[in-house]
Amino acid sequence: MPTIDYQKIAKEIRKKILKMMYEARTAHVSSCLSCVDILTVLYFKILKMDSKNPLAENRDRFILSKGHAVAALYAILSKSGFFPEEVLETYCRNGEKLPGHSTRDTVPGIEVSTGSLGHGLSMGVGLALAAKKDGKDYRTFVLISDGECEIGSTWEAALFSSHHKLDNLIAIVDHNKLQAFGRVEDILNLKPLNEKWKSFGWAVREIDGHDFSEIERVLSEIPYEKGKPNVVIAHTIKGKGVSFMEDKFEWHYLSLTKKQYEQALKELS
Amino acid sequence: MRTAFINTLTELAQKDKNIYLLTSDVGFSVVEGFIQKFPSRFINCGVAEQNIVGMAAGLALAGKKPYIYSIIPFIIFRCLEQLRNDICYQNLDVKIVATGAGFTYGTLGFTHFALEDIGILRAIPNMTVLCPADPPETRELILKSYQTKNPTFIRLYKGGEKTVYNFSPNIEIGKPSILKEGKDGVIIAIGLCVGMGMEVVDKLRESGYNFKLISLHTLKPIDNGALLAELKDSKAIFTLEEHSIMGGLGSAMAEILMESGYKGIFKIFGIPDKYFSETGSAQYLQRKCGLSTEEIINHILSKIHR
Repeated sequence: MPTIDYQKIAKEIRKKILKMMYEARTAHVSSCLSCVDILTVLYFKILKMDSKNPLAENRDRFILSKGHAVAALYAILSKSGFFPEEVLETYCRNGEKLPGHSTRDTVPGIEVSTGSLGHGLSMGVGLALAAKKDGKDYRTFVLISDGECEIGSTWEAALFSSHHKLDNLIAIVDHNKLQAFGRVEDILNLKPLNEKWKSFGWAVREIDGHDFSEIERVLSEIPYEKGKPNVVIAHTIKGKGVSFMEDKFEWHYLSLTKKQYEQALKELS
Repeated sequence: MRTAFINTLTELAQKDKNIYLLTSDVGFSVVEGFIQKFPSRFINCGVAEQNIVGMAAGLALAGKKPYIYSIIPFIIFRCLEQLRNDICYQNLDVKIVATGAGFTYGTLGFTHFALEDIGILRAIPNMTVLCPADPPETRELILKSYQTKNPTFIRLYKGGEKTVYNFSPNIEIGKPSILKEGKDGVIIAIGLCVGMGMEVVDKLRESGYNFKLISLHTLKPIDNGALLAELKDSKAIFTLEEHSIMGGLGSAMAEILMESGYKGIFKIFGIPDKYFSETGSAQYLQRKCGLSTEEIINHILSKIHR
C-alpha cells in the first residue's frame, strides 16, 4: 500500500482544476481530470526533481504532450511547491502568463511548450538521447493522449526510440478512449494498442490509471527491459471524479455553469 | 556550398562537442567526412522528418547544438509546425541547413522545388533566414550563425556553384554585402542569383551604366538602417531571386522601401506564382521564368534609358 495519501492530494488537485476552469470559463476540463491521478503519483513519488531547484541538471524531465490538460499540471506544480498557489488565479486571464496550453518559461516546472498534439514525444526523445550521449541518469516522462496515438509523428518517435534503445524514456498514454468528437474506436480505432507499441519495440505495461497502488508500482519498476523504451498504457476515465462528466465526450468542450461547479465540488468533498 | 558547409561544420565540431549532425537519410557524398571524425555525433534519423525537428528541440533543451541537414521541401514544408512550435516558439538553438533552393533539383519535378520557403519562414518569429551566394559566403554564414543561439535556416543549392566573391568577404548576419559599387542603380540578389547579378552588372557597365550589386544573404532579420544607407539616392532598384515573387527577397524589399518613402523604379525578378507543366533543368526553368541575364538587362535598360 502506498504510504502517501494520494487520494487526498488528487481530490484537492481536482478541486483546484475545477476552480481555475470554472472561473476562466475554459474547455478541456475532462482531459485534465483523467490524468490527475497519474500526475499525482508522478509528482509526489516518482519524479526526481526539486521544486526549489527546478532547473537542476540531472532532474527527471516531464513533458505534458497533451498540453490542453495544462490546468492539471499547474495545479500539481503549485501543490508540489514550484510556485505559490495564488498564481493559479491568473490562469487564462488577460495580460497574465498562464495560457491554456503548456508553455515553457511561464512558471517553473514547465519544461516544454506543447499544444498541438503529437509533438511531445519527439522532444522527449531528444532529451532522452542527450542523457544517453552524456551518460546522465535522468529519465524523461512524456504523458500523451490516446488521440496522439493517431498521429504519424508519434510513431516516428516510437521507431527512433527503440532503434536507439532509449530505455530512459517513458511514455504514459492517458487512454481515456474518448477524443474530441467521440469514441476513439469509432473515429480512428487504435486497437490493439498494446500490440502496436510492442511491435514498435517498446516494453509495454497496462494499468488502471486511477489505481494509485498500481500506478506507483508500475512507475517504480522502470526500465521494464534493458534497452527498450517504456510505455505505460493507463486506462482512465475522461472526466474522472465528477459524475456528470465521466466518459462524456462533450466535456472536452464545455465549461462549467455555477450550478455544475457547485455540484462537482460537492461530489469531491 | 554543401562542401563549404560540411567542412566548416566539421571544423567547428572539432572544438565544440555539443554539435550534432542529424539527417533524414540524405547527404550521400556530403556528410561522410563528418561521420568519419565524429561517428557518435552523427545520426541518420531515417525518413522521419517531423521526429527529427522535435528531437532536435529536445537535444537543444538539453544543451546540445543540433544541425539538421536535409532537403528544403521535406524539412521545411512537411515539418512547418514542428519548426514553428518546437523550435521557434521555444527559441531554441537549432540550425536547419537544407539544399535544393529554387529549381536546384530541376528535372526531379515540382515536389523537389523550393520556391516558397523564404516567404514561409520569414513569417515565423525568432527564425533567422540565410541564403548564401557562393561557397565563401556559405562558410562565413555558418561561422557567424554558429555564434548565435537562434533558430536559423540556411538555404543551400546542390553543389558546383561559382564563387562570386573575389575578395575576402566581411559578412555580418543582417547586413547587406556589397559586391560592386555603382551610382546608376542597384541590383539586390540572393543565392545563385547573385552570380547572375554580377553578369548583369558587368554587361550594364559595357552599356555605360554603373550598378551597385548587393548580396542580401540575410532575409531575416534585416538591418533596415544599414540597407537603406546603401540605397541612399538610388532611383532604380531591381531584386533577383530563385524563389516565388510572393514572400521572398522582392517582397521583403518592397516592404522596406514602401515604408521608407522610396519613389523610384522597382522591379522583382523571381518565380511566378504558379505550377509548371514543363520539365527541364534548373537553368531551363529559370529562363522560362525570365531569370536570364539577357531578359533582366533588357528590362533594366528599358526602364532606365536616358
